[in-house]
Amino acid sequence: MTDIAAKFDRLPQPRPMGSSDVGSQKRLAARRRADARFRAYGLTAILLAILFLALIVIDITIKAIPAFMQSKLNLEVPVAAEFVNLSTPQTGDYDAVVRSALRGLFPNVKSRPEKKALDSILSSGAANDLRKRVVADPSLIGQKLPIRALLSSDADLYARGVTASSTTVPGTSLLKPSATTGIITLELPPEALAAAVKGMAKTADGAVALSTASSSLFAVLNGGVVKMTSAVDGKIEGEVYAELASADAAPAGTWRTVQVATPETSRKITDKQIAFVELLKDKGVIESNFNFEFFTGGDSREPELAGILGGLMGTAYTMLVTLSLCLPIGVAAAIYLEEFAPRNRLSDLIEVNINNLAAVPSIVFGLLGLAVFLNVFGMPRSSPLVGGLVLALLVLPTIIIASRAALKAVPPSIREAAIGMGATPQQAIFHHVLPVAMPGILTGTIIGMAHALGETAPLLMIGMVAFIADVPSGTTDAATVLPVQIFLWSDLPESGFQSKTAAAILVLLAFLITMNGLAIWLRKKFERRW
Amino acid sequence: MSGFYFILLFAMTLGGYLLGRSRGGALRVGGTKAHSLPVYHGSYVALAAAIPMLIAYFAWAAVAPQFVESSALGSLPAALQPVDELSRSSVLRDISNAASDAGLAAQAKPEIQRAAEVMSTWQSASDWMRLALGFCLGLAGLAWSLPKLTLKFRARTLVEKAVLGFLLACSVVAVLTTVGIVLSLLFESLRFFAQYPWYDFLFGTQWSPQIAMRSDQVGQSGAFGFLPILGGTLLITVIAMLVAAPVGLLSAIYMAEYASPRFRNITKPVLEILAGVPTVVFGFFAALTVAPLVRSAGAYVGLDVASESALAAGLVMGVMIIPFVSSLSDDVINAVPQSLRDGSYALGSTKSETIKRVVLPAAFAGIVSAMMLAVSRAIGETMIVVMAAGLAGNLTFNPLDAVTTITVQIKTLLVGDQEFDSVKTLSAFALGLVLFFFTLMLNTIALRLVRKYREQYD
Repeated sequence: MTDIAAKFDRLPQPRPMGSSDVGSQKRLAARRRADARFRAYGLTAILLAILFLALIVIDITIKAIPAFMQSKLNLEVPVAAEFVNLSTPQTGDYDAVVRSALRGLFPNVKSRPEKKALDSILSSGAANDLRKRVVADPSLIGQKLPIRALLSSDADLYARGVTASSTTVPGTSLLKPSATTGIITLELPPEALAAAVKGMAKTADGAVALSTASSSLFAVLNGGVVKMTSAVDGKIEGEVYAELASADAAPAGTWRTVQVATPETSRKITDKQIAFVELLKDKGVIESNFNFEFFTGGDSREPELAGILGGLMGTAYTMLVTLSLCLPIGVAAAIYLEEFAPRNRLSDLIEVNINNLAAVPSIVFGLLGLAVFLNVFGMPRSSPLVGGLVLALLVLPTIIIASRAALKAVPPSIREAAIGMGATPQQAIFHHVLPVAMPGILTGTIIGMAHALGETAPLLMIGMVAFIADVPSGTTDAATVLPVQIFLWSDLPESGFQSKTAAAILVLLAFLITMNGLAIWLRKKFERRW
Repeated sequence: MSGFYFILLFAMTLGGYLLGRSRGGALRVGGTKAHSLPVYHGSYVALAAAIPMLIAYFAWAAVAPQFVESSALGSLPAALQPVDELSRSSVLRDISNAASDAGLAAQAKPEIQRAAEVMSTWQSASDWMRLALGFCLGLAGLAWSLPKLTLKFRARTLVEKAVLGFLLACSVVAVLTTVGIVLSLLFESLRFFAQYPWYDFLFGTQWSPQIAMRSDQVGQSGAFGFLPILGGTLLITVIAMLVAAPVGLLSAIYMAEYASPRFRNITKPVLEILAGVPTVVFGFFAALTVAPLVRSAGAYVGLDVASESALAAGLVMGVMIIPFVSSLSDDVINAVPQSLRDGSYALGSTKSETIKRVVLPAAFAGIVSAMMLAVSRAIGETMIVVMAAGLAGNLTFNPLDAVTTITVQIKTLLVGDQEFDSVKTLSAFALGLVLFFFTLMLNTIALRLVRKYREQYD
């Protein structure tokens, strides 16, 4: 903005100039209004762009929060010799060990369907830690060990109130069950029942809607759980999901009702599983902690076991290959084009090429990688080596253009002084110009690398989309990278993966913002006015 | 083994450098002037050792594996000899798996195991021979170059020539990339058009790449008509530009003409962050937040919106392009000479009148080229449409329907598909070729426009 323009802004309401006739004053006012309107459009556009960014970040953060916590069961497990053989601890049935410990908490659970429901709230990886400990120290066999068993994703999300949120209403009067198992009736004063079902949907005839397609209502009393099937006029009928310890009337304060508004048909966790999670809550064995495994685990088909370490390591190896190729090549090309290239056809061709390459869609680079690196050169599929090569070609134009700008910004007096002192042109460039241009080159490189870090499409083409549970340990191992991991998880239907995806996005954004911040800081710190 | 080779290469190069430098330094004893500094003598010797070793390494890598493979195959009995290219590669894979993994070897047939032994013997022999060859070449390089170092020897000139050659080679990488892209796309596309007529591809109105396994299968005709995909791509691009063009241009105008330096300092980095958000994040946002929102908004006013509507993908793509449009237009507007504005103010026009009647017309060519670059970006964008747009090739211009795009089809045809010679896979390369030339054309015209426009005011 110039001085004149600034003065225009600062003027107070200018007096109507010269003519005082009403028509011209009106015209002037209309022109000023049009000016203010136009300015407001511009401001709105910027605020809109910022609002979009804020919306994306907030939306993803909200979705990501559940993934950073995880629930586990504090259990005492006897590592019985019937499951784990002393001579071959690797092949022991540790899942059975943990299952039997969990069943031990519920001695009344005997029927097969109930046992199955109970088992299904454990993660399929619940025994992984135990296995590691026992294999490392077989003398633990036969002892009773305290372990923390992972819950399955659905049970975990329910226990932390993330999905299928429940409302608990403490009992305010006496509740009398008719039996301890099977279909039973519960006696409750009408006003207490009204309090217990407050806020629940009603059917057309005024009764509480309790089918599998509406909401669920549980009573937790006497160490057991009753799933209510009808509740009319103080007489409640229900099915016992976890056997009650006794048929005594439960006094006020010792029992509660739990409402789950999401119908059973539209949620993953079943009513039976909810019954057991509620009982486990009562026993105080569920514990939610920060989910460190998310940062230390590889990919998995089970949302509660999936972690981003595989993607992070794959990204690290890929970026290593990319950086070690595109920085030297990019800087060398920039030096040649800026300082040594003769004005001829080849130089023009290279120039035009670089400008065009910078705007070629990234997926086309993936096609190049597939056709040339994989099919012609026979390099290993899904490896960070090929991924890094493709990304290096992709960001090379960015780095060349940024490095040329940095070299161009170095004043010619520095070159001329060096040459005047007897340096050769190459000595002048490498000893004097390049060190001065280095901060600018590094800034461009960091921005290019940030671009490569978020790139997904070309890596899909070269097979980095395979499901790989192992953390890669080299540039030729099959691997995936963080953005591709995000893409893979976002495709999965389990609700647990949705928050994992959002959490992985947050990690990726954190890296990108750090890199861009570093670039801005470098630019500010080494900015020189000649 | 490659590791050993490169350690040897590094050692020979370093040794050559130190030897050459000390020899060069020794020449200067007594104050006599040499043509080159000792550093250049050292570098010359180092290059003389390193270049032949590097050439030997890559030449060996190009030739030796075929020899190892054919000797391993030759050790197989006649019954197991591969008959064609496909079985050859599968047998080779078995053998090399057995050679590299003892666990897999135990499960393999005895003939394969024997071939695996042959292979690993030859492989290690080849590696040792390469190491020996490299060592000899390195020594030869040293022996050849060291005696050349004299006071008058022009080591610096030669080393600088080599460095210049390296710099030129690096800048040719960009040309090679373009050539690689064009050749690979062209080659695979020609194979596609050999099996499928090009006019059916360019003008066909039906896209269903699934090829029927049986003749009576319905809906899997294997038609590769490009028009529905083109229609879908253009539809999403138009929606994106309807969002990005006004918002991006207006924010650029505000940034360049109205904003105070403080406001600029805050909002510029924010727009840069928006530009730096990976497209997979936008895709996630489009698929999980915007698409359901559009759908329920449509249901609210009584419209039937597809769950993968073009509208959702287009809107989010528009948001993605806003910073791109805005930063390009910002540059263009800033390049308009101040004297034009000052002249307009002097005639009594308001700021908005100056912008609308003087600045924008003066920047028109630049803004058009910015929009063209943005369109090319939108056409080539992949992740947003892969995650939020559909797969079915509907030829429609209704933004509430699901459409598919060029990039979505390329991704769908190539991911998870191992058969490389099928028409289906090859068609992805034909789509890639079309995409490449589309965007290339837009970029070339846009860059020309910008250059012309710059010349106008320089």
